[in-house]
Amino acid sequence: MGNILEIKNLVVNFYTYEGVVKALNDVSFSVDHGSTFGLVGESGCGKSVTARAIMRIIQEPGRIESGQVILYPETVDGNGSVDLLKQSEAYMEDLRGNQISMIFQEPNAALNPIMSIGDQVAESFLFHQKQILCETILSELSDGQHRPSKAVLMCLKTIYGKAADDGDSFFFKLLGSVPFLRNWDRRLKSVAIRRAVSLIGKLGIPQPERIVNLYPHNLSGGMKQRIVIAIGLASNPLLLIADEATSNLDVTIQAQILELLKILKKDGISSILLITHDLGVVAETCDRVGVMYAGNICEIADVREVFEAPLHPYTRALLKSVPKINQDDRLASIPGNVPNLVNPPSGCRFHPRCMAALPICRHEAPALVNAHGRHLVACHNSSVA
Amino acid sequence: MYSQNKILELRNLKKYYPVYGGVLRRVKNHVKALDGIDLDIYRGECVGVVGESGCGKTTASKAIVRLHTPTAGRILFHRNGRDDGESITDISRLKRGALKRKGIREKLQMVFQDPSTSLNPRMLVKHIITEPLREYTDLSSREMENRVVELLNMVGLSKTHLMRYPHEFSGGQRQRIAVARAIASHPEFLVLDEPTSALDVSVQAQILNLLLSLRDKFNLTYLFVTHHLLVVKYISTRIVVMYLGKIVEMSGTKDLFATPFHPYTFALLSGIPIPGSEQRMKRIVLSGDVPNPLNPPRGCRFHTRCPFAFKQCGDEEPGLEEIAPGHFSACHLKSRSRQKVRDKFGNGM
Repeated sequence: MGNILEIKNLVVNFYTYEGVVKALNDVSFSVDHGSTFGLVGESGCGKSVTARAIMRIIQEPGRIESGQVILYPETVDGNGSVDLLKQSEAYMEDLRGNQISMIFQEPNAALNPIMSIGDQVAESFLFHQKQILCETILSELSDGQHRPSKAVLMCLKTIYGKAADDGDSFFFKLLGSVPFLRNWDRRLKSVAIRRAVSLIGKLGIPQPERIVNLYPHNLSGGMKQRIVIAIGLASNPLLLIADEATSNLDVTIQAQILELLKILKKDGISSILLITHDLGVVAETCDRVGVMYAGNICEIADVREVFEAPLHPYTRALLKSVPKINQDDRLASIPGNVPNLVNPPSGCRFHPRCMAALPICRHEAPALVNAHGRHLVACHNSSVA
Repeated sequence: MYSQNKILELRNLKKYYPVYGGVLRRVKNHVKALDGIDLDIYRGECVGVVGESGCGKTTASKAIVRLHTPTAGRILFHRNGRDDGESITDISRLKRGALKRKGIREKLQMVFQDPSTSLNPRMLVKHIITEPLREYTDLSSREMENRVVELLNMVGLSKTHLMRYPHEFSGGQRQRIAVARAIASHPEFLVLDEPTSALDVSVQAQILNLLLSLRDKFNLTYLFVTHHLLVVKYISTRIVVMYLGKIVEMSGTKDLFATPFHPYTFALLSGIPIPGSEQRMKRIVLSGDVPNPLNPPRGCRFHTRCPFAFKQCGDEEPGLEEIAPGHFSACHLKSRSRQKVRDKFGNGM
C-alpha cells in the first residue's frame, strides 16, 4: 500500500504573550491509502494542531515553522507528490473540502445556523464541482424533457456551456449584476440540492427531502453530526480528517456514527485520519495508530500491536489508566500532569512522569525509530516491559 | 458488602419543567425530566446512574441535594444510619433555612461536572475550601487553616497551593479542589455529577482512585452520575440505567454487565467502544434519537427505538419488576429479552 499523506518533521509554534508554545515538535507519520489512521493523546498534546496544520488553517498566533506535508493525489503508485506547505493559498482553497475534508468536533459550531441544511451541503458541490453540475444540466437540456422555447434553450445552453468551461470568469460577474439574468444559476442550485438529497439519504437519514429544508436547530446532535459528515464527503475526498467526530455524542448515537464510518470505509471512499482521545473508538475503527504526547509522536503501530504489545511507557500507562470491561483491580494512573508546552521538559518530554526513565532521557530526546516490522517507537528504554 | 441501612429513599420522585407559551405566557406543557422514580440508597454504597443526555440523570441528582424542589414525590433522608421514625426526614419540601438548621445540608454535598466553572475564579483556594467550614463549623481561624491544609493533603494537593486562584491549576487539580470543598463539612452522602467527563484519561484515573479511597476512609455514600459506562463499572457497586426520566433497569454492577435484561441496557453495553482487541458482541445500533421529553411515547418509553417492541409495548407501560434477586427491569419481555437478543444479534454476551 502506498502513502496518501506523509508528514515529515512538522514543527508548529504558537507565539502567545506567555511565551512560545511549542505545540508540535518534529512530528512525522504517514497515512496509507484506504486505511484509517488514528491519532490519540490527551488534550493539549497537539492532535488537533496536526490536523489543522495539514489543512493549513492554523490561526493567528500559530505558525508552521518547518516540515513537509506531502499529499500523493495520484492513486496507489505514489507519483506526483504535492507539498501542501509550499502551495499557494488559492491552491489550498481548491483542495480543502475537495481532496481533503475535515469533520469538526462540535456539530453546533460547524454548521451555519442561518443556512438551511440543503444549502450547506450543496455549497460544497457548487464550490468544487460546478463543471460536473453544468454538464448534468446540459445533458438534461438536450434530453428535451423540459422543453422551453427554442431561443431560451439556446440561451441556457450557451450560459451553462460557458459556466462549465470557466465559472468564475468576468462574464458571470457581469451577469450577476443584471436584474432577471442574475438568477441564471437557479438550475445549478436545484441540481446541487438534488445531489445533496441523495447524499444525505445515503448516510441513513430518513426523509432527506424534508431534511434539506430544515435548519440546524431543528435537528438532534447525532443528525447534525451526520450532516457535517455529509458535507465532508460531498466531493469524494481522498482523505477525510475527523477531529473528535464522536466525542460529544451519547453512547448510542456514537455507536451509530462509528457504524456509519465503518460502512463508508467498506465502500472504499477514502482514507480517514481519525483524531480522538478515546482509546475505545480507536480500537474499533482504526488500522494504524499514532500516540501523541506533548507535541511528539511517541509510538506508531498497527492497532493490534498498540493494544497487545505497546512499547512506549506512555502508551502502556495510558492503556492501564482506562477502565476495562473486565477490570477487577485498581486503575493505574499516570502521576503528575501534562507539561506546559511553553517550557517543556528537556530531553524526552515524558521523562518526569515516566516509570522507566533513564539518566539519558533527561537531556536527549529519543528519535522515532523502527522497533520491528512497522512498529515505530520513540523511547530510549523501550525494551523494558 | 455494604451495610443494609438506608441513607436515602426516593419515592415517586417527579420533576416537571413548565413550558410557557401564547400571549399570556401561560403554562402550555411540561418537560417531564423526571417522571416518578423510586430508589433506595444504602449507606456505604456507590450508585452509578447512567443514561443518555436528557434522560434525567442530572435532574435526579440535583433534586436529591435539593438544588431544586421536586414537583412531586418524597426524598427521605435517614440520619445517623438509624431506621427509627425519629431520624427520618422528608427533605423534598424543606426550605433552604430549614435544611441548614436541621443539619442536613452539610451531610449532602455535590461535586459538579466542570471544575473550571464550579469554582469561583475570584476566590483563593483557601477561601473556596473554608467557605463550607465557616458555614457549618465554628473553628477558630487557625484551626480552620489547619483543617484546610489537612483537606488539601487528603486530595493530593499541598500547603503551597493555598494562596492560589483556580485558573492556576490544571483540570485534574481543580477537580481535586472541588472534591476537597465537598468533603470539608464531613458529609455522609456525595452526589458526583459527571466528575471526570471534563478530564483526560490519565487524570480521570487519578480522580477515580481518589474518590474510591475517600469512600473507604470516611464511609461515604456516592451517587455517581455519568454517561461513561466503563467508568461507572469501575467505581459503582450498583447501577441504575435511566431512559427519558424513568428507571429502566437497576442491579448490582456485576449482574448488570454479565446478565442485562432490558433491551436498552443491551444496546448501551454493546455500544461501548472497548479499548483493546477483546472479543466483543455485535453492536446493537438503535435507530433514531431519544424522543422529545415534552411528548414522550405512550406505553413503554423505549418502544419507538426498541428492536423487539411488540403491541403491548405501545399500549401499556411496564413497571419496574424484580426479575432476579436484586435485579430490577422495566420491560414486558422480562427475562425473555436475553433469548431474543441472542436470536437476533448472535451470542457475544
